[in-house]
Amino acid sequence: MPVMSYIQAVTAALKEEMQRDEKVFVLGEDVGKKGGVFRATDGLYDEFGEYRVLDTPLAESAIAGVGIGAAMYGMRPVAEMQFADFIMPAVNQIISEAAKLRYRSNNDWNAPITIRAPYGGGVHGALYHSQSVEAVFANQPGLKIVMPSTPYDVKGLLKAAIRDNDPVLFFEHKRAYRLLKGEVPEEDYVLPIGKADVKREGSDVTIITYGLCVHFALQAAEKLAEEGIDAHILDLRTVYPLDQEAIIEAAKKTGKVLLITEDNKEGSIIGEVAAIISENCLFDLDAPIQRLAGPDVPAMPYAPTMEKYFMINPDKVEKAIRDLAEF
Amino acid sequence: MATEKINMPQLGESVTEGTISSWLVKVGDHVNKYDPIAEVMTDKVNAEVPSSFTGTIKELVAQEGDTIAVGELMCYVDTEGGSSSEETAESPKQSTDTTDTNEETTKDQTMKKRYSPAVLRMAQENNIDLEQVDGTGRGGRITRKDMEKIIANGGVPSPKPADKTVEKETKSTSVEVEAKPKTPTKEVQTPPVATQAGDVEIPVTGVRKAIAQNMVRSKTEIPHAWMTVEVDVTDLVTYRNSIKNDFKQKEGFSLTFFAFFVKAVAQALKEFPQLNSMWAGDKIVQKKDINLSIAVAKDQELFVPVIKHADDKTIKGIARDISELANKARTGKLTSEDMQGGTFTVNNTGSFGSIHSMGVINYPQAAILQVESIVKRPVIIKDMFAARDMVNLSLSLDHRILDGLVCGQFLARVKEILENMNEGTTSVY
Repeated sequence: MPVMSYIQAVTAALKEEMQRDEKVFVLGEDVGKKGGVFRATDGLYDEFGEYRVLDTPLAESAIAGVGIGAAMYGMRPVAEMQFADFIMPAVNQIISEAAKLRYRSNNDWNAPITIRAPYGGGVHGALYHSQSVEAVFANQPGLKIVMPSTPYDVKGLLKAAIRDNDPVLFFEHKRAYRLLKGEVPEEDYVLPIGKADVKREGSDVTIITYGLCVHFALQAAEKLAEEGIDAHILDLRTVYPLDQEAIIEAAKKTGKVLLITEDNKEGSIIGEVAAIISENCLFDLDAPIQRLAGPDVPAMPYAPTMEKYFMINPDKVEKAIRDLAEF
Repeated sequence: MATEKINMPQLGESVTEGTISSWLVKVGDHVNKYDPIAEVMTDKVNAEVPSSFTGTIKELVAQEGDTIAVGELMCYVDTEGGSSSEETAESPKQSTDTTDTNEETTKDQTMKKRYSPAVLRMAQENNIDLEQVDGTGRGGRITRKDMEKIIANGGVPSPKPADKTVEKETKSTSVEVEAKPKTPTKEVQTPPVATQAGDVEIPVTGVRKAIAQNMVRSKTEIPHAWMTVEVDVTDLVTYRNSIKNDFKQKEGFSLTFFAFFVKAVAQALKEFPQLNSMWAGDKIVQKKDINLSIAVAKDQELFVPVIKHADDKTIKGIARDISELANKARTGKLTSEDMQGGTFTVNNTGSFGSIHSMGVINYPQAAILQVESIVKRPVIIKDMFAARDMVNLSLSLDHRILDGLVCGQFLARVKEILENMNEGTTSVY
């Protein structure tokens, strides 16, 4: 099995889907000739041409709107937001149109659009290049939000998103793009949207997280294993709608739950995860549900020291796990 | 001189280790703070490691070519200025620190009784007495894992079965059990008492605990009422004093006033069996046997051994029993047999000089009689003052079982018997 980086898995999924289905096309800022600012669409312009790899104006509302329209017309657009931070002008299109289309039209219309966006900090990108925006969309029935943590999951889930008959937001952690590498099968495969995945079996503390934080958790877990602390790690993969069954099972497994997100703490995805656990697992809980998250400040700071303070890292995760394990 | 460590510094944000390409110093070299001591190669940079101290290189721990992680030891430096006493002072300090922490971890039980929902559920499902579980969590908290281990091992400490047995026994045959110290089903909540320097804390154990439990039970369960009569025992005193020396010589034990009182009470109880009874919830059990409990104090302890069939016994027989039971109590030889079966209690409070007291009923009996001090007092007889030996008899009664009328009659009868005890009417044999 070839080893790929996280971003190579994105490219591979796009390429394979475009080869498989000619209705699949890509649109976004600089996705064509340049191959994307992160090079996620590298080579697609050459292979599929300007009609399937569209460079758009700097107008996110239009990127989303055009994509939704094309999707309603039977196409399979993959729209790219250059940074998740830039998605805000497109929110009306995504929430008011894409999310509600099937419901509003009594099942006559649907919008099989995938909107990709790199999110997250740790790259010295400051305010407008570091945000986590998933919580903005995470109470909109009709939308699905996928946030993979490994190259393998990226390929399988991006393909699933493109093939899904309804709108999917596909958030890729930009720090993971070149940091994370892993084995990815060359052949075609899809992973189920809406299913969480156990990334590590353990019996002392349950960690539920998603995205880049899964790796911080895995690193911390490896270190703590030497001390005899055995962490169980559940990767949500899809943060909306949540895989309640897997969350409940993972929480019950140890009774001590640590939830991690890079997003601002209050109102984040993991708050909802905590609610699911407290509704279903009271008599299995052995400790208060703990959250490790970014501070409640408006955005990622630029100063390296401040960015370090904001970001989750393996040390913070390790400390939080140990604290719960010792409780 | 103090020995300090120099560790591999953080040479770049993502640098986790460095390889020592060459040492720039050797053992015995003098270095100033910030002087370079080694060249280190990382995957990002080649850098010189500065000394963190001024002093003499004592030992190079890492060798050239070694790759060591950030934060790991490179070498030791003997620093100047610091005295060796500092060094020695440091090690014991460290060791005390460690013991402190150890003590803290073993002693800190503040979370012992904070049970998580999971722990409580598992305790209920598996009938585990959490009091008997040692917690490994913070502050002695019992963790879910602790419970899982106990359940997996099968060694389940269940609630003390003794509690239940005693409880049952008392319920079915409570009238038989009498003053046997009973483990209460519920501990009485005691508010914390502030202690100050010089205060002495005495742990409540054994007999003291049993006394406390019995007293609480009696006072909380039994509605006490009280009644006192005054008895003229001048004749009795004269009679007893006239024979006591002979008696002691002949029998080998003392003829106490208390024996006469016990005899009188036993006799009166025969006539008023209502007082020789017990509360049994839905019924009152009148006891056939008259077994009189007597209170015997020993240092910090109080026992209530029983004079069995007191109504069958002569004053001498009662005196012997009293003497024997008191001796046994004082030498700690009382058996549970000696303590059982009491139906009424006579308490010799007079021996402490008391002239009036209100006894706590010896649960589950119906009443207790306090025999107070015999005191010479002026009394009016036939409109004339007379110096008489007077004694107060104070009765505490269970108002569920007894009322004033019958108790008044009983006390009047005891009084009558006692006032008529003299050489002519009463034989001690």
